[in-house]
Amino acid sequence: MSLVLNEDQLMLQESARDFCREKATVAVLRKLRDEKDPRGFSDELWQAMVGLGWAGMAIPEAYGGFEFGYSGLGIVLEETGRTLVPTPLVSTVLLGATAINLAGSEEQKSELLPKVAVGETVIAFALEEGALHNPSNIALGAEKTADGYTLNGDKVFVLDAHVADYFIVVARSSDPADSNDGISLFVIDAATPGISVQRLNMVDSRNAGNVRFDNVKVPAGALLGAENQGNAALERTLDIGRIGLAAEMLGGVQEVFERIVDYLQQRTQFGVQIGAFQALQHRAAIMYSEIELCRSLVRKALHELDRGAEADDIPALASMCKAKLCEVYELVSNEGIQMHGGIGMTDEFDIGFFIKRARVAQQTLGDASYHRDRFASLRGF
Amino acid sequence: MQDLELFRAETRAWLEENCPASMRTPMPEDEVVWGGRNATFKNPDSKVWLDRMADKGWTTPTWPAEYGGGGLSKTEAMVLADEMQRIKARPPLVSFGISMLGPVLLEMATHEQKLEHIPKIVRGEIRWCQGYSEPGAGSDLAGLGTKAILEGDEYVINGSKIWTSYADKADWIFCLVRTDFEAPKHSGISFILFDMASPGVSTKPIKLISGNSVFCETFFDNVRVPAGNVVGRLNDGWTIAKRLLQHERTMISGFGLSSGRNNRGGLADSLAQTAMSYRGDTSKLSDPALRDQIAQFMIDSEAFSLTSQRSAQEAKQSKGPNATSSMLKNYGCELNKRRYELALKAAGTQALGWESLTEDGSDFSPRELDTTRQWLRSKGNSIEGGTYEVQLNVIAKRVLGLPDMTSMVASNKK
Repeated sequence: MSLVLNEDQLMLQESARDFCREKATVAVLRKLRDEKDPRGFSDELWQAMVGLGWAGMAIPEAYGGFEFGYSGLGIVLEETGRTLVPTPLVSTVLLGATAINLAGSEEQKSELLPKVAVGETVIAFALEEGALHNPSNIALGAEKTADGYTLNGDKVFVLDAHVADYFIVVARSSDPADSNDGISLFVIDAATPGISVQRLNMVDSRNAGNVRFDNVKVPAGALLGAENQGNAALERTLDIGRIGLAAEMLGGVQEVFERIVDYLQQRTQFGVQIGAFQALQHRAAIMYSEIELCRSLVRKALHELDRGAEADDIPALASMCKAKLCEVYELVSNEGIQMHGGIGMTDEFDIGFFIKRARVAQQTLGDASYHRDRFASLRGF
Repeated sequence: MQDLELFRAETRAWLEENCPASMRTPMPEDEVVWGGRNATFKNPDSKVWLDRMADKGWTTPTWPAEYGGGGLSKTEAMVLADEMQRIKARPPLVSFGISMLGPVLLEMATHEQKLEHIPKIVRGEIRWCQGYSEPGAGSDLAGLGTKAILEGDEYVINGSKIWTSYADKADWIFCLVRTDFEAPKHSGISFILFDMASPGVSTKPIKLISGNSVFCETFFDNVRVPAGNVVGRLNDGWTIAKRLLQHERTMISGFGLSSGRNNRGGLADSLAQTAMSYRGDTSKLSDPALRDQIAQFMIDSEAFSLTSQRSAQEAKQSKGPNATSSMLKNYGCELNKRRYELALKAAGTQALGWESLTEDGSDFSPRELDTTRQWLRSKGNSIEGGTYEVQLNVIAKRVLGLPDMTSMVASNKK
């Protein structure tokens, strides 16, 4: 098992890093925020990323992708996490395409995956119904009709909801005692009558929205996978999402840490560089150690995802990754402000964007407590 | 590749024939073979196993055959380790000679010094101890004051060492002494080897909070040592000392890996199950705070073990293992301390017994008592081999490139 990047992966990392540093900088996010951009991300920049193959990274070649695996997608997510550039990578490529690839029929895959790979479509994943991640408590109902289903209910914090061309909706289609049965997934055209989106202005300036489904009638062909059997594909999609998001967070963590170390070497007080003070040195050394652990976990999890059917323990690895990255991003983003002192509190300085992104990413797909609880259950205690 | 498969087949056959059955069972603490002039073999098979392995040089598989080592390549040594693991063979010999001194001698000693000392390390004939720390020189190791003064072709050594592991059982010592009293403190130190049976050497065991005594105070009163026993250049002992500390850190960081591997059979090996059984829980640990802490500990242990693997893989790609050795040492020690604190919480007052007053252990079981003692022992993990704080200094300076305040303090003093 290799925990270090191979030649191809190193090349991908270098080209992704160069692209983000030159074109997709924190300044892009700042501009989108300040200009209250109606789309919330730059289509032009997204198309340039698509041109580099990022949208088709984990999609099989048969459906127009590049089959570079989740390790490849993870590398790209990590680099975008360093500059915080908003893209539909998480909503569409990480979650949407994954769900379709795992659960979709041949027809659904042939229709939708090539569109994702060429950046023609945005897919939003409509899962949450409350303020905290809770995939086992789904109330949005899907009622069977003569020629399809009728959906009624509300979803919240749906990433890229207001720019989506399709929604993947997690719905309750029957009401058994065990909450994990009776879940169905649907892929629905966003223009279907009865769907309304309320855009949310989140602290990280990224796209999210609340979505109401009011008597939304969909054909039988909108069902993604088997009726009432959606939970397995949902769980695997979420685990892949958690690992991919952890990769993005790893990028943010490393970027903030590097900025901290630079600042400790530059800033002078009492006649010395503040990096000479042990109170700061020791905290920096502790962060370094924690980040090394994060890197190992993320590499291992991505590596396992690419082993497909032979993969080892994905649910536990996903929870380990997400729990650890939540904990360490919180630590490092807090220290990012504190160690920069007054300038760290100013909007003009970039470090504030990272603490904002950190907290939203922490809550997305489960925070540290959620995942430690899940990990303990998976390990039988 | 074919050669390697042949080597594997031969090794497998040899081990099959030569490793005694009792050497393929878990090793109790009191059957660990340390070697030395007064070596004890509680299990006679241990002696047979040691001699057979030593004949092939396989107690130190990668050391040169010229000095009695196995002369194996790294890949061959990995095959040997694999094959030993396969039959759960015990390590035939454990010693500071193998883990600390030998690698440094091979790198820095003269041919004659290697010929004299290496074969005896390989065969477990001489047991070594390490004379580094002194009562007044702990974290500031270079401040040591044990003196070695040249008289004719001998050094006369006076002073004392502390925290010398197993000094009362060791045959020889590798020792840091001051040989130049005018030079800056790092530049006047030499690395010297001598026999603990020399007149003037005495040791006194130190009783620890755990009740055990693995460390000693060691005293040198006009000990005469041949001048040729200095390793490396005179007054350049600090270079050797640092090199040896890297080997030591790598060894200590292994403590943190013992979570699921080198099971001691104590309560700390299966924290969650221990916690549940002492509470009578069947499906879910009923203390939510402890459950969260144990989960966090297990995640960190797994991440740490992956990081050790990654560090080894990066070292192979020659990106340098040294940057992470301080980090691994520190994290491993902290994990071990956390493990025992959690074991105490898991078992309540049953993990706080000091000794049993009953014949059958109905008050405290051996596993429970071992947990108490190991918990106390673990507190030393972040002190020995360079304190937690000193390691953080090393990371800040060497890995992160932050300015060195301690050298600023030192230069202000001058």
